[in-house]
Amino acid sequence: MLSFTLKRIAQLIPVFIGATLLVYFLVFATPGDPIAALSGGKPMSDATKAALSAQYNLDKPFWVQYGLYLKNLVTLDLGTSFSGQEVKEMLARAFPVTARLAILALLIESVFGIIFGVIAGMRKGKLFDSTVLIASLLVIAVPTFVLGFLLQYVVGVKLEWAKPTVSGSATWGELILPALVLGLVSLAYVLRLTRTSIIENKTADYVRTATAKGLSRNRVVTVHILRNSLIPVVTYLGADLGALMGGAIVTEGIFNVPGVGHLLYQAIQKGETPTVVAVVGVLVIVFVIANLIVDMLYALLDPRIRYA
Amino acid sequence: MPENQNFNPEDGLPIRNTRAGKVSKYKIEHYVAPLEETPLQAVDSVKETGKPLSMWAEAWRSLRKQPLFIISTLLIIAVMVVAAFPQLFTSIDPTGNQACLLENSNEPARQGHIMGFNLQGCDIYARTIYGTRASLLVGVFTTLIVVLLGGAIGALAGYYGGWIDTILARLGDIFFALPLILGAIIVMQLPAFRENRSVWTVIITLAIFGWPQLARITRGAVIEARNADFVKASRALGLSKFSALVKHVIPNSLAPIIVVATVNLGVYIVAEATLSFLGVGLPPDVMSWGNDISSARTQLRNNPTMLMWPALFLSVTVLSFIMLGDAVRDALDPKARKGA
Repeated sequence: MLSFTLKRIAQLIPVFIGATLLVYFLVFATPGDPIAALSGGKPMSDATKAALSAQYNLDKPFWVQYGLYLKNLVTLDLGTSFSGQEVKEMLARAFPVTARLAILALLIESVFGIIFGVIAGMRKGKLFDSTVLIASLLVIAVPTFVLGFLLQYVVGVKLEWAKPTVSGSATWGELILPALVLGLVSLAYVLRLTRTSIIENKTADYVRTATAKGLSRNRVVTVHILRNSLIPVVTYLGADLGALMGGAIVTEGIFNVPGVGHLLYQAIQKGETPTVVAVVGVLVIVFVIANLIVDMLYALLDPRIRYA
Repeated sequence: MPENQNFNPEDGLPIRNTRAGKVSKYKIEHYVAPLEETPLQAVDSVKETGKPLSMWAEAWRSLRKQPLFIISTLLIIAVMVVAAFPQLFTSIDPTGNQACLLENSNEPARQGHIMGFNLQGCDIYARTIYGTRASLLVGVFTTLIVVLLGGAIGALAGYYGGWIDTILARLGDIFFALPLILGAIIVMQLPAFRENRSVWTVIITLAIFGWPQLARITRGAVIEARNADFVKASRALGLSKFSALVKHVIPNSLAPIIVVATVNLGVYIVAEATLSFLGVGLPPDVMSWGNDISSARTQLRNNPTMLMWPALFLSVTVLSFIMLGDAVRDALDPKARKGA
């Protein structure tokens, strides 16, 4: 297991370097004047230009620039926003909120997705199965932000079951509604994946053996069928963390959640390119680490993978 | 030796004379059922001379009877007609000078304006109809580019393997580390893109981050097809390696590509709407469902219809592409069909 872990970590390093290089290249080395972009298109003096060039190391060769960016990213020296705030501090305030939101969303989508998926798969073709399938299709087809508006309007404004927007402290309770919106599309995918996987596995020989041994149906379903069906689901959940971070920008915008997505969205609106690059760099790190964890889980679920 | 058998007195061999209704040489009657062949049921008959159906013809045969396929295809055709000829569906031209009158701001539906008006006093129905084109263009062209680019890269990687495969797999991993929406936001922020915002910049941006997924799927399918016996046979018969790829491997790996591309077309339409909603997608003067939904957000409490109609059109379109993909998957995968 240790060598497997080390191997996976070694494989992640080039991915991390490549992804940050890609972001950096896209932002600072493509045609167009990044300094002009920094000023939001307004004219500025040559002295300001030179100072900005020096501040963002744009007067140095590309590889030096990138090396400095990487060094800053790893040491979490993320620079300051236009308003003079430390990006690191802004992230430190916003990150726990988004982490809570993402954890809640992951919990909602995995718990409900897997439970509904198992029931639907075991009762294939029955009423519950068809209902859940149609509902999941609808959820996939309606964009997250429309779902968000509708839930905010119905649950928050009309029924007043929850507050339509989140307060500055963003407690767990307040985040349930935004997390539901954030996780709903993935919930539909998790459900469909689990269902397909269960249907494939429930007729397998080892399931018949387990039943023939006299094991209870519950044990057969949870220990034998479910564990073997979870591999594609876990893979999906790992890759989904990236989609959640993208979705968080939308969800946090709708519900006014003071998280990373909100921070990023505001930085984009103000055209604060360095902040955008810094935040995205951190998100890439999170995503890459999440995928590493998924790989570990994968090996735990299916011992064959470790020896492959 | 069994006693009930008859033997030819001349050579001592058993007489195979059990035909019904006949009496043997020895005048012994045999009570055996008449050996008339049971007539084949019409359904069971197999045309042995006919050419076997190809995978595609087989799939088409099962597809055309599926209600899911028929409904989704009709819906998609309808959406395409709307996108191509919006003027057929509404007499109001929302791009015209007199299209939006502020006196109509947030007016409810009335004769001739079945969905009412938005904040600017534009007819919501006409805008929704005219917005179809931009959304569909993004979906179709992004899918095309992604299939061509991702398909070509994935096929080369899977077929030739070796260092090409390694490089392309790592490149795909790098793009995978950037979620679609995040990456698209960054690219749309680039000066070159921000200053020339149009349908095409959105298409290019989505394609940049969409191809790795398709490359991966193609690679898997090509590796599976590469090792098939018929490919080895064609190589043994002297077909060059590249011709074998084009003639045999690619046609036999198309099924998963088509399915994923169909579903993704819907996903790209949603992505365009999301980007437009965030203010980094289509420029505000382009009429699209995403832009209309985005401008409806501030009016949600006064005028929910403004959000409802473009959202409904978008959802139905996306739903039809997802359903079409599902139907095609079932038709092309005999294993799934059997279990269904």
